[in-house]
Amino acid sequence: MTSVVELELVVNGLVMGSIIALGAMGLTLLYGNLKFAHIAHGDFMTIAAYLVLFIISVPLSNIGLKAIGLGPFTFGYPLLVALPFAVLIAAFAAVLLDLGVYRRLRNRGSGTVVMAMASLGVAIALRGLVQIIWGGDIQQYPRMSKLFFKLPMDVRIPPDALFIAGIALVVTISLHLLLTKTKIGKAMRATADNVDLARVTGINTEIVILWTWVIGAGLAAVAGVLLAVFQAQLLPIMGWKFLIPLFSAVILGGIGNPYGAFWGAMIVGVSAEVATQWINPSYKPAIAFAILIVVLLLRPRGIFGVRD
Amino acid sequence: MIDLLGIVDYGVGWAVVAGIYAVFTLGLNVHWGFTGLFNIGIAGFFAIGAYTSALLTTPSPDTALFEDFVFGGDLPSRLGVLNLGIDLWFVIALLAAATACGIIAFAIGFLTIRLKEDYLAITTLGIAETIRLVFLNEGWLANGSRGLYNIPKYLGGLVHPEHYNYLYLIVVLLVLGFLYIAVSRAINSPWGRVLKAIREDEMTAQASGKNVALFKLQAFVVGACIMGVGGALYAHNIRFVSPITFDPLMATFVIWAMLMVGGSGNNKGAILGSFIVWGIWAGTQFLPGFLSDPNIRLLMIGVLIVGVMLFKPGGILGEERRFSNRVT
Repeated sequence: MTSVVELELVVNGLVMGSIIALGAMGLTLLYGNLKFAHIAHGDFMTIAAYLVLFIISVPLSNIGLKAIGLGPFTFGYPLLVALPFAVLIAAFAAVLLDLGVYRRLRNRGSGTVVMAMASLGVAIALRGLVQIIWGGDIQQYPRMSKLFFKLPMDVRIPPDALFIAGIALVVTISLHLLLTKTKIGKAMRATADNVDLARVTGINTEIVILWTWVIGAGLAAVAGVLLAVFQAQLLPIMGWKFLIPLFSAVILGGIGNPYGAFWGAMIVGVSAEVATQWINPSYKPAIAFAILIVVLLLRPRGIFGVRD
Repeated sequence: MIDLLGIVDYGVGWAVVAGIYAVFTLGLNVHWGFTGLFNIGIAGFFAIGAYTSALLTTPSPDTALFEDFVFGGDLPSRLGVLNLGIDLWFVIALLAAATACGIIAFAIGFLTIRLKEDYLAITTLGIAETIRLVFLNEGWLANGSRGLYNIPKYLGGLVHPEHYNYLYLIVVLLVLGFLYIAVSRAINSPWGRVLKAIREDEMTAQASGKNVALFKLQAFVVGACIMGVGGALYAHNIRFVSPITFDPLMATFVIWAMLMVGGSGNNKGAILGSFIVWGIWAGTQFLPGFLSDPNIRLLMIGVLIVGVMLFKPGGILGEERRFSNRVT
């Protein structure tokens, strides 16, 4: 019997891993291209989740779009309508922040820590903003309870999990195509590899950086909304608490390597879930961190990364 | 007249907290300001300092109260006459808090001090969260989420409770003054110059024959000890500690904001920054209308940090330049 329980934990871990992956792939691109730890990444997730809540419950609800329980899922199609708007707003905000704050710091040649501290300020301000507008209490998307799916081997999962995994898969594949097939994607990888060399080749690194923000913030927005769906709740600190798994995945995969971040996220997600079989589930956040420490000690450049 | 007295009382209570924060900021200055160790897990050392001191000095748990924790040092009554009428237990508690933090910092640093600065940052953030989870989940250790309360006051019997803050302010300022002098002397010693050399260029320091990892480890332990003292001072001021106290925002990042505002690498700046940021934090609750909303404060602290990074990256005071006596 124990092995069956394990399988369900593995499936849950993969779903959690997909959410972490969405955040971590953007975070690692930002880290690679801008050379600093974007501490506000989690709060971008939070604010996007709340934006969707706002769009669903105010404008969409006012024009009569109030459906819940689309197909097997708990949420209705208004969530799907709202999601692209949240992604766009998050991406736009990130670009504005870069033009207003990070670009100035970059042009002055500020060190990685000054940039990280500035993003910390942004993180705190964003959380303040969320709490001012929506308050500190737990909120939910309008939802309808649904039966769990029964998969073979006695694995039970909420239908929403399939939706989350599906979205994560589609987004990841799109990102892969973007990075390998398009000009801007290739420029992005080149810039992450070596900024000076990219510039010499004629790549406008400032444009690349703006696109990195668009993609990073957009992915974070999707991750935030999916997290709110999966946990069936919104809290102002939901994204902040996600930072440790996010950074664990980024470092596991090697900084600047989105593919590494994807697998790193899966490792973090699955091992944190599976470990609850033996240890107190409330230690879950510590598990991601323990994996991180072990990897840092054994392979300081991550499991997949070779870049310095 | 009574109103004025109330304001002064409030100001003294405020200054106690600002002074305690200044101790942490000094510790962070040893880590970041002088050595370049990117520690964003201050909350972990804060918690260990506060809990060590609290566990040593509070009475053993009363089984009738459904307490979970096992260990209660009850140092004040156990020391008895040895307290010499000056509550010697307080000194022991502060030293113990510093030692506990030093030991933990040594263990962490031994494993991770060689990591690049942003890796060290994530590591310290994770360790702080792990420490918080341990205190939260292990009820036998420190009463879990209910926390420890009735932590004794230092020299509490000496003055009327209403005026106790005045006495404690003196205590805090004495400790702060002692640490300020100690850190300043250490930083201006050859040892401190090596730390700054490491901060500026690790490779060159290494090439000059300095054991970079060892110096970094020493700085990490010293800074952590100072933070432990801060934690203990905090515990005996609020007289209640629970895992909620040690959330990353109020126990780590406010302290970072203080150091950045005051001037990283400058001990006077560290102390000044603590009083300024705590002044803004506490002062904004007296603003009219919606501006006193604690969430607006959060927003303002965030904007303040971004503003300082943009317009005054060196902080208000900035680092003091030091020249050799012979060359000037």
